[in-house]
Amino acid sequence: MSTGTAVAIACAAALLGIAAGYWLPPHGRRPARNRLQGGNRRILLPFTGEEISRRSFEAAVRLAKAEDAIIMPAFLARVPMSLPLETALPVQSARGMPLLEAIEQRASSLGVPVDSRVGRGRSARDALRKLLEQEHFDRIIVSADEDPAVGLSYDDLRWMLDRVPAEILILRPAPEDNRRISTEALTGHF
Amino acid sequence: MDAPAESRRGRLKVFIGMAAGVGKTYRMLLEGHAELDAGHDVVIGLLETHGRADTARIADGLALVPRRRVRYRETVVEEMDLPGILRRAPELCLIDELAHTNVPGTEHTKRFEDIEAVLDAGIDVLSTLNVQHLESLNDHITELSGVRVRETIPDAILGRADEVVLIDLTPEALLERLRAGKVYPAERIDAALNNFFKIENLSALREVALRQVAEEVGAKRLTTELVGSREESLAADAPQAVGERLLALIEPYPGAQRLVRRAWRSAQRLGAGLDLLWVRAPGKQLSDDEQRSLAALRQLASVLGARMLEEESDDLTSAVADVASRRGTTYILIGGARPARGLARLRTPLPQRLMQRLPGVDVRIVADRSRRGNGGSVNGT
Repeated sequence: MSTGTAVAIACAAALLGIAAGYWLPPHGRRPARNRLQGGNRRILLPFTGEEISRRSFEAAVRLAKAEDAIIMPAFLARVPMSLPLETALPVQSARGMPLLEAIEQRASSLGVPVDSRVGRGRSARDALRKLLEQEHFDRIIVSADEDPAVGLSYDDLRWMLDRVPAEILILRPAPEDNRRISTEALTGHF
Repeated sequence: MDAPAESRRGRLKVFIGMAAGVGKTYRMLLEGHAELDAGHDVVIGLLETHGRADTARIADGLALVPRRRVRYRETVVEEMDLPGILRRAPELCLIDELAHTNVPGTEHTKRFEDIEAVLDAGIDVLSTLNVQHLESLNDHITELSGVRVRETIPDAILGRADEVVLIDLTPEALLERLRAGKVYPAERIDAALNNFFKIENLSALREVALRQVAEEVGAKRLTTELVGSREESLAADAPQAVGERLLALIEPYPGAQRLVRRAWRSAQRLGAGLDLLWVRAPGKQLSDDEQRSLAALRQLASVLGARMLEEESDDLTSAVADVASRRGTTYILIGGARPARGLARLRTPLPQRLMQRLPGVDVRIVADRSRRGNGGSVNGT
């Protein structure tokens, strides 16, 4: 083999190596992070307080797994009438953000993709309405719990059934079932 | 508080507290007595006892410039007599309620403007302020307590004070004082307990007050260190100089929200401002998913009070460095990056590049806790 041939082979091998290096990530293929694993179906899980019903969360996870869907937990913040609608809400955020984090952690650990949202309005219903105007959701899972720390009011649920163009799943836990997911479920500091 | 009044501008000392009833006026009067005992000429320019017997008792022995009567819309209102104080020209004047709004027809709209005039006359002033009256905190405290305070003062007024003293009381102790009738008369106690004076409100207000005074202390320390003497013109800028400012690097994908939340939480703990920066490659077209993620990030930033910045550049490090310099960033937060491919593996990872370009700026990599134990890697891209 001539020197020229050897150099050509070495160059070709080097180019091949570089190309392989470009296409093969170091730890095996991973999905691009700009895309969510899971299909196109989107399950909205709105909440207003510091807790959500455990049953609602589990239902969302089961459905997301069965339908290859994304869970979209949404914190609905209320803006007092005395403040502009666009105002920052650090106090409510201090309650809602840890719970969003807890839901994301738990759902991700169960292998379900999560994409969070924050809605803002004069009431929980107004915040939800604005969110629904901006984005399409295939299904909404809510807890029928009058406790404002946990769920939407019965009036809000009636409004959703009347007005919202999505499949709505309202869960009413058994009276003794008061299992909830709160910020205590957070792993590590937040 | 010494030196002849004619030769200099007076000194301002403000007693700040989380709410009415913590003892600001009481403390102001005590200091007035101490100055009087030390041989200084002290007068009360304006005192609001709100019917508190302890406060009225401690005012005994201090000279008082009587209020003047001002006619406004067929009623007569009593206001502080600014011309009377200037005529009296004491060494030290005690003026309660710095944020008060004067009735139309007096020299100034706000009492802090009256106080400026008193200080300009070389008279030292002691005054009082509740933290919710600071303009920058007004919205925050309205959201917190549900009560909008209409009388506010620019934060710079407090920044210009020579001394700021926090009058602190635990929320429990304040509620005890309120129930004992030491803050409001009996007929107002129930209403106060049911509205503003709730333990959660007071705890949050106390935190705000403590933080505010800590910032003032930090600002003044820096001013002294930098200038060697106190110069009022620097005081307004100093809080920015000593304050932390966080910058979180984001991209429009769902995981970026987690980074934003973590950055916001850190900013809250540090009492710092938060900027979010997305460096967009020139000509990059966003997919539908990315557009939705970007809209969600903008909404999240708005709710959290963070500032969302977008820069177009194909040089991430330079773009970040430019923004960090412009915004006075002290911390940069980045998420776990995608694994580098090909020749990109030979490049210095982003955190190191940022640290080289921005010495003195902390760079923090925010872990994805949902992947804890899954061996997630952190590489620069």
